Amino acid sequence: MNAMLDAAWAVFVRELRLALRRPAEATQPLVFYCVLALLFPLGLAAQDVGLRAFAPAIVWVSALLAALLGIERLFRADVDDGTLEQWLLADVPFPMLVGAKLAAQWLLIAAPLIVAAPLIALALNLQPQAIGVLLLGLLFGTPVLVFSGGFAAALTVGAPRAGLLIPILVLPMMCPALIFGAGAVRAAQVGLSVEGPLYFLAAMMVLSLTLLPWAAAGALRNALE
Amino acid sequence: MWTWFHRLASPPSFYRFADRLAPWLLGLGLLLLAVGCYGGLFIAPADYQQGDAFRVIYVHVPAAALSLFVYVLMAVAGAIALVWRMKLAECAVVAAAPIGASFTALALVTGMLWGKPTWGAYWVWDARLTSELVLLFLYLGVIGLNQAYSDARTAARACAWLALVGVVNVPIVHYSVQWWNSLHQGSTILSLEAVRDPKISSSMLWPLLLTLSGSFAFFFAVWLRRLQNEVVARERGANWVRDCVLQAPLAAVSNEQSGMTGPELDPSMQSRQGRQRHGEPRGAD
Amino acid sequence: MANEGRYCKSQERRRVPHRLHCARNFPALAMSPLSVSDLAVSRGDRTVFSGLSFRVEPGEILHVQGRNGAGKTTLLETLGGLRVQIAGTIAGGPGASERHWLGHRSALNAALTPLENLRFWCALNGAGDSELLPALDQLGVKAQRNRLCGTLSTGQRRRVALSRLLAVKRPWWFLDEPLAGIDAAGLQLITQLLAAHAGEGGTAVVTSHQALPDSLPRLRALALDA
Repeated sequence: MNAMLDAAWAVFVRELRLALRRPAEATQPLVFYCVLALLFPLGLAAQDVGLRAFAPAIVWVSALLAALLGIERLFRADVDDGTLEQWLLADVPFPMLVGAKLAAQWLLIAAPLIVAAPLIALALNLQPQAIGVLLLGLLFGTPVLVFSGGFAAALTVGAPRAGLLIPILVLPMMCPALIFGAGAVRAAQVGLSVEGPLYFLAAMMVLSLTLLPWAAAGALRNALE
Repeated sequence: MWTWFHRLASPPSFYRFADRLAPWLLGLGLLLLAVGCYGGLFIAPADYQQGDAFRVIYVHVPAAALSLFVYVLMAVAGAIALVWRMKLAECAVVAAAPIGASFTALALVTGMLWGKPTWGAYWVWDARLTSELVLLFLYLGVIGLNQAYSDARTAARACAWLALVGVVNVPIVHYSVQWWNSLHQGSTILSLEAVRDPKISSSMLWPLLLTLSGSFAFFFAVWLRRLQNEVVARERGANWVRDCVLQAPLAAVSNEQSGMTGPELDPSMQSRQGRQRHGEPRGAD
Repeated sequence: MANEGRYCKSQERRRVPHRLHCARNFPALAMSPLSVSDLAVSRGDRTVFSGLSFRVEPGEILHVQGRNGAGKTTLLETLGGLRVQIAGTIAGGPGASERHWLGHRSALNAALTPLENLRFWCALNGAGDSELLPALDQLGVKAQRNRLCGTLSTGQRRRVALSRLLAVKRPWWFLDEPLAGIDAAGLQLITQLLAAHAGEGGTAVVTSHQALPDSLPRLRALALDA
């Protein structure tokens, strides 16, 4: 058990170290997210009252797209240099290692998005009382985005031309998160109960965290064979 | 029962089994569809509210039912393929996807055609419509993934994983869209149940049951044929393909085409029987 | 278990000193031979080879030979556990913590240093990393331990990868083209490593286009060309 956790921790730390070696690449999702969210108001009329109504959707769609940015390269380097072979052969459950890698990716990709979300929400005129719900929703929802993106990356890792396929693969998995995440914020905006959608999001997070590493590991094993 | 099942899973015996079954299923399906359509279009009375527009259900309902059924079938085949590494199940997944996608698209299009006179708009973000659209994307994902790999086996197993994850996802999508929809208070969306459930008269019902069962028979016939193609394409190096599949049509065609002589197969000939994946001649194996 | 006992007994009769020597280095479990019978493996739709049977005794070095595409790497991957066969059995193979697998790719991330790469590998396998520096030293790449792997030459990366064999002692080695990109001095070094490994009772299965030196003890060739 201890050896298993040690191995998972080693994978986790390695991901963070690799990100630190390439800081420009690691900050890309955050920059993309901010630019995307801040471009939306420019498409509307100045002082448009509709902005507030669209704010939840804008934040969530921006987060979704930022999480997809570069996700297809997630496993490619490890497959190309043979590291994944060593993961498969180690005396540790392979899904656990994949899960550790995805968890590290969540910290690298999604955590900055959550931290930046309040600022973007203010820029989009979101009511202050809805910001807390937005953050909670992102906290539950972004693991779903990152883990399903990771699953799609694992599915396409053996097919070099499949980059275009990833949006189609992740759309069905991400749309419930988008619906509940943005829905919770809208409910908060009009003073409705936000518990329902948040519980739903949390349940989806648990489902993704437990099932998708196994599915991604299976897909990777298949691609390596 | 079990041993019969086991024997059927071997490609040659499956091929022969499908060869015998598929024509019957196809004939039965077309007959049921013809009678059902006639009944639906000419015998059943017009709906007192929707007029003749309701008649689209004779196509729409079977297509929608099959779009869900095929996906579940694909996921079950995918699970079998992944757990027992059964070749036939792998073929079943990739053979079912395009048919399922077609039925889904048909259900969407007929739904839209029905929506225009009934709801006044081709597209409404109704729970059923939205989840059907997501289902179409799931099918497109499986088809795209299958095309993306150059190796048929890896492709099929990747598709099996996707189908498995998707089948867990379908109910989630359905409930999420339903919940999302109910948030819009007071929107006047007619649910399909309102059309289907209330006291549908038997003169309207029997054609529907006929087209429904006819569509299922038609699906199984097409699926078996696609499966045969898939199996032959996979096993193109095997002896049984040479013996029982390629010999007969080869002999028939080589009589017509004087240019083709000798025992070696022309690749274009082969694709008549089995879809060729790599475009490499069989001799390469 | 009964099989194993019988095997050990016959070994003992033949080569008593050698057996004692092995027992000191590797646990008894490692002493069972690897026997492959009627093996068939496919890559995707293509059956690479079939009906392959052979046996590897402990202390042996098996050199897998064959032209390009004969299935050397495929065989090694199957023996190492990366690939599932479509027919046949592999009996007496090593467990995950008893084998070293070294693919033709070195499993070194270009953005990490050799030391970081190897430490990660040790942690992944639950092994201590105290022997890393001596191992790197023995392979002549200790000076490069803190440079990024991306800046090392092919041969240097290969040496770093090979130092895993010394850093963590394991009785079974599966090496895919270990000589690729290695210079003459490196070839001699690898020969020494293999000889020492076999001398301690360890077993190695090696694919290589180049001939392995005849000086190796208990070297046996397996030709895959059919």
